[in-house]
Amino acid sequence: MGDALSRKPYQRKVYWNAPTLTWWERVYLFEIMRGLGITGGVFLRNMWRWMTGRKGALTTYYPEETRADYAAGNRGKHILTQRPDGRPQCIACNMCATVCPAQVIEIDAAFDPEDTAHPKSPSRFEIDYSRCIFCGLCVEACPEDAIRMVKEVPELPSMDRDHMWLKMDELLTWKPQRDVAKPYPPKAGGSA
Amino acid sequence: MTQDLVIYAIYIGYAVSVLMGFGTILTWVERKQAAVMADRIGANRAYIRIPFTQYKMIWLGLFHGVADGLKMLLKEDWKPNSYDRVAYALAPWVVFTPVLLVFAVIPFGGVLDPGKLLSAFPAASEWFGDRTYAMQIARLDAGLLIVFAFGGMSIIGAMLAGWSSSNKFSMLGAVRAGSQMISYELVMGLTVLGLILIYGTVDLTTIVQQQSATLLGFLPGWGIFLQPFAAALFLAAAIAENKRIPFDLPEAESELIAGFYTEYSAMKMGLFMFAEFIEIAIVAALFTTLFLGGYNLPFMTDAGIVFAGDLVLPMSHGAVVVTQLVVFLVKVLAVASFQILIRWSLPRFRYDQVLMFAWKFMLPLALVNLCVTAVLAWSNHG
Repeated sequence: MGDALSRKPYQRKVYWNAPTLTWWERVYLFEIMRGLGITGGVFLRNMWRWMTGRKGALTTYYPEETRADYAAGNRGKHILTQRPDGRPQCIACNMCATVCPAQVIEIDAAFDPEDTAHPKSPSRFEIDYSRCIFCGLCVEACPEDAIRMVKEVPELPSMDRDHMWLKMDELLTWKPQRDVAKPYPPKAGGSA
Repeated sequence: MTQDLVIYAIYIGYAVSVLMGFGTILTWVERKQAAVMADRIGANRAYIRIPFTQYKMIWLGLFHGVADGLKMLLKEDWKPNSYDRVAYALAPWVVFTPVLLVFAVIPFGGVLDPGKLLSAFPAASEWFGDRTYAMQIARLDAGLLIVFAFGGMSIIGAMLAGWSSSNKFSMLGAVRAGSQMISYELVMGLTVLGLILIYGTVDLTTIVQQQSATLLGFLPGWGIFLQPFAAALFLAAAIAENKRIPFDLPEAESELIAGFYTEYSAMKMGLFMFAEFIEIAIVAALFTTLFLGGYNLPFMTDAGIVFAGDLVLPMSHGAVVVTQLVVFLVKVLAVASFQILIRWSLPRFRYDQVLMFAWKFMLPLALVNLCVTAVLAWSNHG
């Protein structure tokens, strides 16, 4: 019984430090003025930058501007490599579409019995960038080095999600001037 | 007689267009200034494309105000199932109208002499003769009192809106608006009393004219140098009166959705917003008139610029009128911009802090300021 009476009163555990304000801070007016000085200073600094023709904001003006600080290893866009005559290297084997974990690659094959070296080629090769995870497995799977990824970023923003499908005309825009694997322009009579 | 009508029609047109212009421009200034203060670019996507060309007029996002107005005009005017439809429909106008009316007594320029101004056109000049007009819609002896009378009316509008919406958030917002605005009205009145003691008048034109004097030989005789405490208190109280951050408890969106105008939509809600932005300009105009020398440059009178030592730089009447109109607008814009700076710098008070700030901090300070001013004025004038 004596035990119960001698128990210390319950003390709430303090989880945070009580704010300690100095007299100067508690008057509030001076701290307000200091704060206004900071925000006003930032305003004037940025206005000065704008007025002298520089950029006074951290914003990247997307999509007109692209960020300058993409990682060096960033690969944002697929391209299809080309044969010397400009047709795709792709043989429409569907390996990339099979390995793709996001299942975003759609290929329709065309058959050309005249072209004995490459009888099979894609008539339609589309990638859905709204679902692509940029893993690069398609590049590894390709037996013909027909698909690669480059550092660019495709122009995706639009009012219509259909525009996020890149078609063959977009994927075939890559015209390298120096490519070890595929010299360009090709040597006349070369195997290529 | 007809001449008076013409002149005052021009004045009223000028005043209304200035206020509407400020109401529209300030929405843009608020967005852009907030953005620049936060290292952002700000709203700049609205544009008007010149037909048949690909040229888009973006103009730093100026058209966002137009887009806002268009949106408000085209939205559905939804009405709550309220028992008091008349009050519900009336409330936005009760808030909006007094804000416009206050500008009637604020002088936006010195004395206009149309006969002298139009001396290039003898017929017009002769028609006006030697009549002169103070550039002010209504020159009333009770100028400052009218300002407070109309300022008090917008409380009624906020209360009406909250009461007739039959919504608890609106009601809470209205109660908060009422108590807060009445408290700060009092502080505002007390801070201005010191100025009235010094200038000996409540006529705003006379107050402005007295501020063309020189203090201590070099300072312009502006109210802010005579009554620095009153100026700071007045600006704080005026922002609280306008219910803007840090005093926007009546419409605190994280607590009350939109406070007393929660149930308003479309252009009725737009009127509340528009009234708020015009009131920024009104507060700025009042502050300019009372504390920043009104429409005059430092040391400037209707005759020209008077430097210390009786050195007078005379200006033609046309130059004086244009200078005064422009100077007034620039000062108003600067003070409005300062209010926006405050709005984007300070966090919102708690509600008990708002009332405590009014009654326990600002009211005693205003009273002390008034007493000191009274003693000094009495000892100066004997």
